[in-house]
Amino acid sequence: MWLYEKKLQYPVRVSQCNPRLAKFLIEQYGGADGELAAALRYLNQRYSIPDKVIGLLTDIGTEEFAHLEMIATMVYKLTKDATPEQLKEAGLAPHYANHDKALFYHNAAGNPWTAEYIQAKGDPIADLYEDIAAEEKARATYQWIINLSDDPDLNDGLKFLREREIVHSQRFREAVEILKEEQGKKTFF
Amino acid sequence: MYSLVKYYHPYISPFDPCPPMKVKSYRTPPNLYVGFQPPSLPQFSPKEALFHGTLWPIFYSPYPGSKKEEMKRE
Repeated sequence: MWLYEKKLQYPVRVSQCNPRLAKFLIEQYGGADGELAAALRYLNQRYSIPDKVIGLLTDIGTEEFAHLEMIATMVYKLTKDATPEQLKEAGLAPHYANHDKALFYHNAAGNPWTAEYIQAKGDPIADLYEDIAAEEKARATYQWIINLSDDPDLNDGLKFLREREIVHSQRFREAVEILKEEQGKKTFF
Repeated sequence: MYSLVKYYHPYISPFDPCPPMKVKSYRTPPNLYVGFQPPSLPQFSPKEALFHGTLWPIFYSPYPGSKKEEMKRE
């Protein structure tokens, strides 16, 4: 189970009215390398991974949901006061036609999130290498979004999220090293 | 020498519906331990290499493994 704290992991400030950024940010909400895919990937893989690294997947998967909230807050702030005309200018008319200003799990191109974005192979090494790759791809995505954004306050939050991807990648690499250790090599019978 | 199979004892609940598998295993293929391949490694003969799928013994990873290894797993 989870305990909920009614606050964000890191403050989200948006200083400019620029709904166009929401169109790019939604990539991290419902995209292949986004926070939803990350959270669901880790919290599902953890059941069939060796006991020593279950806790790591639980912790990181939980943190990804905290990141998802931050992205949701950014997108919401950027779109909540936009007129249909402004949304049209921002390239969000198709989104508006389908969802009004509701958030939805799709990527920047409008493709809905699908479980095909994630994998659980059951082989611990294969799963952890996928997780490392996912963190690097999410880091890259944050970089490209920061490049597209000229809002310093929004970028502050995005830079925090990018840094967390780096730390998560490091922890997954450490998990591989734990699974490589020789303690597990003995058979006990 | 490292081992290509690792074993662990998963948590077993007193309320599990099926008889527990007390030991589970996973594979750690040899390439995990090599990093960038050093030069001048020992090689199989060309004929052996064709059968093994690799020219270098350090990368050879039998699956499911030798008969002896399989016996130990059970």
